[in-house]
Amino acid sequence: MSGGDAIPEFSKKAGDGHDVSLTNLSAFASGPGIKSGKEVAAIIAVAVVIIGGIELALRLFHVPLYIMPPPSSIAYALFDEFPLIAPHLGYTLVELMSGFTIGAIIGLVLAAVITQFPFAEKIVAPYILILVTTPMLALVPLLILRFGFGYTPRIIAVALAAGPMVMINAATGFRRVDSAKIALARSYGASTLQIFWKIRAPMALPMILVGLMIGAIFGLLTAVGAEMVGGGFGLGNRLTTYSSMIQMPQFFAVVLILSTLGILIYVLFFLIGKKWASWEA
Amino acid sequence: MNAGSATTPKLGVQAATKVYHTASGDLLALDRCSVDVHANEIVSIVGPSGCGKTTLLWSMSGLHRLTSGGVRLDGKEITGPHPDIGIVFQEANLLPWRNLDANIHFPFEIKGEKPDRAWIAHLINRVGLDGFGGKFPRELSGGMQQRAAIVRALALKPSVLLMDEPFGALDSFTREEMNRLVEEIWLDTKTTIVFITHSIEEAIFLSDRVVVLSARPGRVAKEYRVPFARPRSLEIMATKEVFDLTNKIKMDIVGERTRPKAPDRPTAEIVRIRP
Repeated sequence: MSGGDAIPEFSKKAGDGHDVSLTNLSAFASGPGIKSGKEVAAIIAVAVVIIGGIELALRLFHVPLYIMPPPSSIAYALFDEFPLIAPHLGYTLVELMSGFTIGAIIGLVLAAVITQFPFAEKIVAPYILILVTTPMLALVPLLILRFGFGYTPRIIAVALAAGPMVMINAATGFRRVDSAKIALARSYGASTLQIFWKIRAPMALPMILVGLMIGAIFGLLTAVGAEMVGGGFGLGNRLTTYSSMIQMPQFFAVVLILSTLGILIYVLFFLIGKKWASWEA
Repeated sequence: MNAGSATTPKLGVQAATKVYHTASGDLLALDRCSVDVHANEIVSIVGPSGCGKTTLLWSMSGLHRLTSGGVRLDGKEITGPHPDIGIVFQEANLLPWRNLDANIHFPFEIKGEKPDRAWIAHLINRVGLDGFGGKFPRELSGGMQQRAAIVRALALKPSVLLMDEPFGALDSFTREEMNRLVEEIWLDTKTTIVFITHSIEEAIFLSDRVVVLSARPGRVAKEYRVPFARPRSLEIMATKEVFDLTNKIKMDIVGERTRPKAPDRPTAEIVRIRP
């Protein structure tokens, strides 16, 4: 196929700038697989040793709570504060899900349309690169000025962060044209639309899933960041509040919730990939 | 269908000329190449690599537009892909995200037709793929994949089957097996077959006629009749006649390869397909 020459370079840059290992399709092949009982036991043992070791060291050296709280106090804070944190988790999820959905839909549609026109793609490429590489958090103060302290600026920021990530990866997927497969469809008289849905889209699916995964994780980062900038709710707001009150166990409890969210996003897309894109691996 | 008419070939290529416009200049792939394929015939096309065999086949399929000249099916000019022409591609070309059944149903899906289940079951049984319908291409050997591709190509009951070096990637034993399978299918359906290959043995085993193309730009350099009765056995393949014929064709191809070329760039054959 002609016309793709501007793009591999462009997607490579984006890959270098962000998450190289995640853009790798082998993410669906390796990663959390089914583990034997022995492996599970070993994983738990290692976790116990690490967490227990930290606990022991912190207590042994009398590290003050405000520097690093021991794991047991974090666990207790998580349990104790959860009813207070839960609504904030809800706000963050609302921002993440609505922003991500908007960004992902726009990103997917743009990727599908723009890869059909190599010339337009070349013209648009540098602007998309700017969108991908600019941390959308930088725009949050501006968005707050314009839209106030509610959901709106955060959802916009999440969409702006997730959309380009989805788009750039999906575009890489749509560009993976296998001319023999398209010729096969054409030999049966397939229309352009049929070729898109029956050949291009399934071929792009593994890369689309990678894009959605990265987009969702970037969306989470941006949501939390935006919450830290301003507004009285969300997990990011809890982080600033707890740290300003030097409530470190509660602070780390929120961090724990955030990392769990990130892992859930990864596992979700991993499982979808395993189900729908395992032919790639 | 006016099959068997001596004057109208089943598939006729008249003065096919194909120029590829590449970044490094124009490339003349076919130069007034004319081939007639008659109904129920198996014709193989051999030639030095880069001679335009695949270009010729893709032009016959209607997937490629010729620069000049034309292709006629049953005497009617074809301008694009035709439902009466089935294609078996190089390396199976199955869709990896579909299992075998879904791959075989693909042509019906595109056409918006109901799959002819009895016919498909018959074909699947014929090629020995019973019970593999739920398997994905990656779970099957190259030979099995190509069997499925043959079923897919025959699913819409085309009257012409174009095969583009279908067994080039297979080992020689599997290849012999597949050749016998093609012959069996031909005995069964009498489908007109055009077969592109690098292997002279394969061409002789399968064909009623072997067409030798010249080095690029491709034209018909020679044509041989293969008079042996079918089904052909491996014993026939070991006779002196076959040996002599193989050598003649080989010498033709070697002669073509060393013939001084027309002054274009000696690059590999370039096949560009409009999506």
